Amino acid sequence: MNPETMSPDHLMVAPILVPLLAGAIMLFYNDRNRQTKLLIGLVAVGLTFLASVELMADVKSASDHAGTVVGLYRLGDWPVPIGIVLVLDRLSAMMVMLTALLAGPSLIYAAAGWHGKGQHYHSMFQFLLAGVNGAFLTGDLFNLFVFFEVMLAASYGLMLHGSGPERIKAGLHYIAVNLAASLFFLIGVALVYGTTGTLNMADIGRALYWLDDAQRMLFHTAAAFLGLAFLIKAAAWPLCFWLPPTYGAASPPAAAIMAIMTKVGIYVILRLSLLVLGPDSGPSAGFGAPVLMIGGLLTMAFGMIGILGTPELVRKGGYIAIISSGTVLSAVGFAQAGGGALMLGGALYYLVGSTAAISAFFLIAEPVSRGDEGGDDNARFEDDADPLSERWAPMGLDTVEDMSAPASTRTVSWLTMAVCFALVAAMIAGLPPLPGFIGKFAILQGAIRDNLNASGVLPVILWIYAAMLILSGLGALIALMRFGIRRFWAEGGPTPRILALEVVPVVMLLVMIGLQTVRADAVMNYTRATAMALLEPGVYRKAVLAGAQDVRAAPAQNSAPDPTVADTPEPQAEVRQ
Amino acid sequence: MELILALAIGVLVGSGVWLLLRPRSYQVIVGLCLLAYGVNLFIFAMGRLYVGAAPIMPKGGFVDPTAYADPLPQSLVLTAIVISFATTALFLVVMIAARGVSGTDHVDGRERKS
Repeated sequence: MNPETMSPDHLMVAPILVPLLAGAIMLFYNDRNRQTKLLIGLVAVGLTFLASVELMADVKSASDHAGTVVGLYRLGDWPVPIGIVLVLDRLSAMMVMLTALLAGPSLIYAAAGWHGKGQHYHSMFQFLLAGVNGAFLTGDLFNLFVFFEVMLAASYGLMLHGSGPERIKAGLHYIAVNLAASLFFLIGVALVYGTTGTLNMADIGRALYWLDDAQRMLFHTAAAFLGLAFLIKAAAWPLCFWLPPTYGAASPPAAAIMAIMTKVGIYVILRLSLLVLGPDSGPSAGFGAPVLMIGGLLTMAFGMIGILGTPELVRKGGYIAIISSGTVLSAVGFAQAGGGALMLGGALYYLVGSTAAISAFFLIAEPVSRGDEGGDDNARFEDDADPLSERWAPMGLDTVEDMSAPASTRTVSWLTMAVCFALVAAMIAGLPPLPGFIGKFAILQGAIRDNLNASGVLPVILWIYAAMLILSGLGALIALMRFGIRRFWAEGGPTPRILALEVVPVVMLLVMIGLQTVRADAVMNYTRATAMALLEPGVYRKAVLAGAQDVRAAPAQNSAPDPTVADTPEPQAEVRQ
Repeated sequence: MELILALAIGVLVGSGVWLLLRPRSYQVIVGLCLLAYGVNLFIFAMGRLYVGAAPIMPKGGFVDPTAYADPLPQSLVLTAIVISFATTALFLVVMIAARGVSGTDHVDGRERKS
């Protein structure tokens, strides 16, 4: 990509188009051809991953020479504030790559039998990826809404995949909550358009500067509505009660890929709060930062209590996702309030590692709980019959055990799962040397280094944050160790069969976490540069709006239309088309 | 006109929220529909209110933009209607499945013991 000429880099749209096309092509095949669909799905994920590697290399190489460079892709070649743009910067490149990295293991895991439990698993999976990647790449607020809905519609299907009363009940709640959240999103978008007259994220930041006090108040209302919608997706307390039952009821591969969905909410909050309401936005600077800080702290506390309180392993996974969300949300709030880039860089590093760990956790949780009827403290009763097969038998569905895929020997796969469980638990608890520890350490180090020298003492809220970081790790450690000891050490009876296809994806995710540990310096440099770029939204804005000046000479003033200049470019654009 | 529109949005959203908080899944779905109507009207109003103004300019040439309505909120509303219609239809299917599985239309899948 050559940033000077801004030639259209069609690779940028690939992470959206490839899964979309793959998902559509799969619909032409009968649903029985699962192996074909799996193959198409894996190829699509592989292509997306290659595209994300290339995109990341572009972003990095450009940054090495001339600061941060932001890639721009104008859909339909419409001029910038009018048309919809895709924007690529360090953050979106990182998130797209993370999505592809999580999608691969989840797909392979589904091949162990889960993809046969219902209709069109693979198509919905690809549509979900298209929606997630679109949300990461788009630079337009309403387009973000559309990609959110694509993602959510696919996630409804994936969540209900496998059917059964428990899933349908949890799905009903999940859909109702998300429909309500989408309506909040729409109210926020409408208010933003009503006050600033634009939906381009970079342009909103510029238009915000011209607002008078009455309009600014309305804009803050809009920001609050948008924040509400995204905090529901990101599962911040007290908007997170939908998450543990939903993720607990979803089939494991679906839950594993849905781990990225809470991060979509966090991504949007991170993007908008720093781009639009960041330190350089005049009177609106830091709007919402206290909510993020305190909300994040409460979220961590809630997650910690939840993980200690719930007996079911899959639900613990939901609470781990909540803890991870809270950690990053607080860091975003601190960064927005001027807490410095080092801390945010650490939080981004933590986000990558913890998302992979949560994904791996959901993949581990179901096989090792198989045949485990008791909670943490209850006495279990042994039963030869698999409770899953009992549940599915009346519905005429195959069980995992009936698949023809070769099963590895029990002990080896069981032991591998046990080791993986211990590693994931250590990662989530933040034990060294895994990324959970490195990330939390980097957050604390950044918090102290950037905030100490101002007055000689740390602000109280940072002390609370530091305490919560450590305590939430401790809570997760206690809860997971209790389960691990009971299930892996004290277990006397026969171990459940675990297929090799179920072990391999978990190992893949752990290798990823391991790589993140070994190459911690490289990843950390990248996330720190990302944080640095996020805290300088001017660069992003300038890159997106570079070509915008000629079509919008006047500052963005909406609809009391200004007869002189404001709306003249539209006919020209039509001619170009 | 402003007052009527504001009242209409307020009534729709108010009754929608009330219904959304009710325990029957049918009430929830009707509530979501009403909320969606209210929100769609709200998006529409955010383009400011015009009476008798077309949103699309004639082909070629410049015109006086004050004589035209803002077309963008209208297209946004169109998209929002389509999306909320589709998701509501999906929700309806899940609701019917939940009714079939649990034998009750309570949102929790079982009647509360009173």
